[in-house]
Amino acid sequence: MNDLRKYITSASPDGESAGQLQNKRSGGLAKRIIPCLDVKDGRTVKGVNFVDLRDAGDPVELAWQYSRQGADELVFLDITATHERRKTMAELVKAVARQVNIPFTIGGGINEIADADILLNSGADKISINSAAVRNPLLVNELAAAFGKQFVVVAVDTKFVNGRNLVHLNGGRIPTGIETENWIREVEDRGAGEILLTSMDHDGTKGGFDNILLKKINDSISIPLIASGGAGTVQHFIDVFQKTNVDAALAASVFHYGEILIPSLKERLREQHIEVRL
Amino acid sequence: MVENNKTKGRRIGIVNYGAGNIFSLTAALERQAISYEMISSPDDFEQYDHYIIPGVGHAGAAMQKLTESGMVDKIKSTAKPVLGICVGMQLLTEFSEEGNAELLGITPLKTRHFTDDLKIKVPHTGWNKVCIQFDNELFKDINNGAYFYFVHSYFIEFNSTFTLAFAEYGLKFSAAVKKDNFYGVQFHPEKSGEAGEQILKNFSEL
Repeated sequence: MNDLRKYITSASPDGESAGQLQNKRSGGLAKRIIPCLDVKDGRTVKGVNFVDLRDAGDPVELAWQYSRQGADELVFLDITATHERRKTMAELVKAVARQVNIPFTIGGGINEIADADILLNSGADKISINSAAVRNPLLVNELAAAFGKQFVVVAVDTKFVNGRNLVHLNGGRIPTGIETENWIREVEDRGAGEILLTSMDHDGTKGGFDNILLKKINDSISIPLIASGGAGTVQHFIDVFQKTNVDAALAASVFHYGEILIPSLKERLREQHIEVRL
Repeated sequence: MVENNKTKGRRIGIVNYGAGNIFSLTAALERQAISYEMISSPDDFEQYDHYIIPGVGHAGAAMQKLTESGMVDKIKSTAKPVLGICVGMQLLTEFSEEGNAELLGITPLKTRHFTDDLKIKVPHTGWNKVCIQFDNELFKDINNGAYFYFVHSYFIEFNSTFTLAFAEYGLKFSAAVKKDNFYGVQFHPEKSGEAGEQILKNFSEL
C-alpha cells in the first residue's frame, strides 16, 4: 500500500489526477456512500425530511427509500437502552432484510457472541462494535472466529486531545488513554474486517471530514475504512475520496434533511473521476 | 418451508447444509416471487427443477458440511441448473487455498487467496464492476459493466473457457462461472440491488 501512495504522490501533485490514478488502481471497486440511521425502540430518532415519506420514523421505509436513491449500504445505530432491545433489533433487522436489496450494518449494544448471532440470523450483513471492543478486545477475535472477519466492523470514535488522537467512548464523552492509530491497528490484527472511524471534532460541524487523520489511518491498514463525521457539502465527499482514498463515506443529517441528494452526489463524484455505482 | 402463493418460474431447492445464514437470500427470492424450498436430505433432492448452493464463511469447512449432508453425489450428477453463490460458487471448483481443501471439482478451476503483493485491501468489500465475457441467459437484461456487491477474501481464477463474467480487483478474476448446467457467482445477488434480483430471476427461468 505504501508503494502505491508514493507512486500517486510523485506522479500527481494535484488532487484530481491523484483521484484518477487511484481510480485506475481500484480496477472497478466503487467508493461507497452510506447513510446512517439512528434507531431507538425500533423507530428512527433523528428527523428525516423526505418529501414523499409516509412515516419518517419507520426505519424500513427509510432504508427502502435510500436503496432506491442509490445508497450503497446502510448503517443502523441502535440507541435503545431497555432490556427489550435484543428482540426489537432482531425484528427490525428481519423487516429490513425482507425489503431492502443492499447490504446493511447494525451497531449498538452488541456485547457478546449471542447478540451478534441473533442479528446474523435475522439477515444483518455486518455488525459494528465500539465500546464493547475497548472494554473487551478479545470480543473482536471471538466475533471474527465465529462469523468471519467480513461480518465484524469496529467503530472508533476519535478526538484530538493535547496533540494526540485518542479513542473516546459514549459518543465522545468518555476519553480513553488509547491512541487511535494504535487501536485501529490492534483491532485489525484481532480480526476486524472493516473500520468505521468517526472524528468527534468534526462530527456535527458540517465542515468536512478529518482528511489528515483519515489518510494517515488509511495508509496504515489493509482492511476497508469508512470515513465519518463532518460531511456538509458535496465537495467534502470529493475531498475525502481524493485526499485520503478511503473506501466509503458515511453521513446522517445531510442525507436525512435532503441537503445532499445521493444521485446528484454520485454524479458529481463521477465527474471528478471517482468511481461510484450509478 | 414457506410456499409463496404468488410464485412463478420453476421450483428451486436450496441446498441446506448449514453453511451460514440464508435469510437475505430467501427474502430476495420472495421479493421476486420465486418459489423455493429447503433441501435437507438427499432423498428430497430429485423433486426440484433448479438448485441453489449458498455459502458463507470458510470454504474447507463448508465442503465438509456439504459432504456430511450426503448431497455431494446428487449435486455432481444432476443435469438441472445449479447456482452456487459466493462460497457456494467456490465449492464448484477443484480446490481452495482456504483450508487447502479438495472441493467438488465440477469446474476445473482453483480458488485462491488475494495475496499481499496485489496491494489491495482484503476482504474485497463493496460494489465492483462486472464485465460479461459471454452472452448468457444468466445475464439477460443486465448491462455489461453493472455493479454487484462482493464480500470475499478468496477468488476463483480467471479462465477463458469457464469465466462467464469477470471483475478486476488487483487482478482479473471470475465474477461468474459456467460449466454445462453449473453456474456460480462470486458476488451476492441477494444484496446487489436490482441487478442482483435480475440474476436470481434469470436463473429461475433457465
